[in-house]
Amino acid sequence: MITPADLITFIYHEARLLDEQRFDEWLDLFAPDGRYWMPLEHGQTDRRLTTSLMDEDLFLLRLRVERLKGNRTYSQKPKSRCHHVLQQPQIDVFERDHYVVWTAMHYIETRQDQQDLYAAWATHDLTLIEGTPRIRLKRVDLVNCDAAFGSLQLFP
Amino acid sequence: MTYRNDPAALTALVRDAEVHRDVYTDPEIFALEMERLFVNTWVYVGHDSQVPNAGDYFGTTIGTQPVLMVRHEDATIHVLYNRCPHKGTRITTETCGNTGRFFRCPYHAWSFRTDGSPAALPLPSGYQDETFAHSQAAQGLTPVRHIHNHRGFVFARMSAEGPDFATYFGDSLSSIDNMVDRSPAGRLQVAGGVLRYMHNCNWKMLVENQTDTCHPMVAHMSSAGTAIDLWKQAGEQNPKPMAVEIYAPFMAPYEFFEKMGIRTWDNGHGHTGVHHSIHSNYSAVPGYFEQMVAAYGEPGAKAILDENRHNTIYFPNLMVKGPIQLLRLFKPLAADRTLVESWTFRLVDAPDFLLERTLVYNRLINAPTSVVGHDDVEMYERAQEGLHANGNPWVSLHRLFEPNEATVAVDNGTTERQMRNQFRAWARYMTAAP
Repeated sequence: MITPADLITFIYHEARLLDEQRFDEWLDLFAPDGRYWMPLEHGQTDRRLTTSLMDEDLFLLRLRVERLKGNRTYSQKPKSRCHHVLQQPQIDVFERDHYVVWTAMHYIETRQDQQDLYAAWATHDLTLIEGTPRIRLKRVDLVNCDAAFGSLQLFP
Repeated sequence: MTYRNDPAALTALVRDAEVHRDVYTDPEIFALEMERLFVNTWVYVGHDSQVPNAGDYFGTTIGTQPVLMVRHEDATIHVLYNRCPHKGTRITTETCGNTGRFFRCPYHAWSFRTDGSPAALPLPSGYQDETFAHSQAAQGLTPVRHIHNHRGFVFARMSAEGPDFATYFGDSLSSIDNMVDRSPAGRLQVAGGVLRYMHNCNWKMLVENQTDTCHPMVAHMSSAGTAIDLWKQAGEQNPKPMAVEIYAPFMAPYEFFEKMGIRTWDNGHGHTGVHHSIHSNYSAVPGYFEQMVAAYGEPGAKAILDENRHNTIYFPNLMVKGPIQLLRLFKPLAADRTLVESWTFRLVDAPDFLLERTLVYNRLINAPTSVVGHDDVEMYERAQEGLHANGNPWVSLHRLFEPNEATVAVDNGTTERQMRNQFRAWARYMTAAP
């Protein structure tokens, strides 16, 4: 049986994998049909006829992860680093095989002399696969989603 | 003050096939571009579908000038400088919205009709002296002198004298026309949201990159090349993912881009993709061709859809992609700072799927979270830094240069001729009287 504490541990673990650049292990946290969604508009509901900053299936997420390793990925020479500060995750839905966890966070991405701070809310829609939580949808709402900003290369 | 009073020094920055790095790095050149280039040329303001109803407004910039586009009660579009004639306060309260019949300044409640003319101000007895009546303040919101709405696309020219709209753009309007004609109703609507991406580089680097066909297979190997590799590893499953369909052509060989062709027009306009383009082989959309045939007849529909232009530059700072209904506006903020806005359009009466694909393209290529965008920005920002090297102050535009090249031409798709064309126009409009 899974407990609320297990879900909270899962969310912290996910952030740690990103901070430690363990991106292949991070991809393993997604269900096969899992998605990562970063809306463009505040309170956005439509993913099809309103564009998004990111709306990635596993193919596109893997593309990002493989690209980060590439020898000719010049925008990652030198590499970016990131840092998540999470508030205690709050469990909004706890049903059989369906869990929704909401987490307020600050996300920092750095590269060379540049350091960018983003405030965001993450909403994880989780399921169980072989008894383990897996991400069906990670939705990241940047507080300034409609602002003009520079390159955001890793994963809030 | 090297260039302001020295037209010869300005024109000397542009050689036949080279430009001096000051055009990208010098704050004085940037200031002169805002005073002259963006004043003397026709600059894109917005699309009239952004202001469909009387009182609708949209705030934007022409160069660095704050302006607003508004729909007047008689349905005409007006472009006004976005400052109250009293103290300079920005008139619009939101980026876009509806102001009703009047703009009302939030500072002292001076109000204006939506054509800019003055309507009322509080305590008018305080303005009895005729010096006020003769001031610019009494005239209301100052209009931008010349505006033109071409099939929904609103352009403005701030200078008193200069070429009229049709002369300035000439045959280049065929790219906008083709984009509009792709709607069975012959109309476009702004849709899907605008992606805004901040760049620490000069705006002209972005404009040049739109017709730079020798960079995709190099700079985008990390993104497009990886997409192809992953798809192959997955066994090239069918149907091909939309992301692969969009990314893969970036890795086409040089020969593909050579044969694609480039066309140049007068005044710095031009386009890649004369014969085919990276957008040529997208999957057919069920029902769309039938709608087009119903609207235009079969030969007409084929003629519209067989045109697959890649990127069309409307000099100075607009790029239009007709086949996928997308435009990018390169907004200059400083010599080394540019805001890129990527806008998308719905083809009125066409299937939603066309807009959906356009939005995927915009997100995958133009977002600040786009891996292709990351590839490009890295190159621009490295150039902005590298150009400070004093060892060589010149930027090379020599590719496929021949002396005395004609302005209007169709050429090999890998030529840098369109970049040279832009700089010839740049020199002309930088030295013309505003």
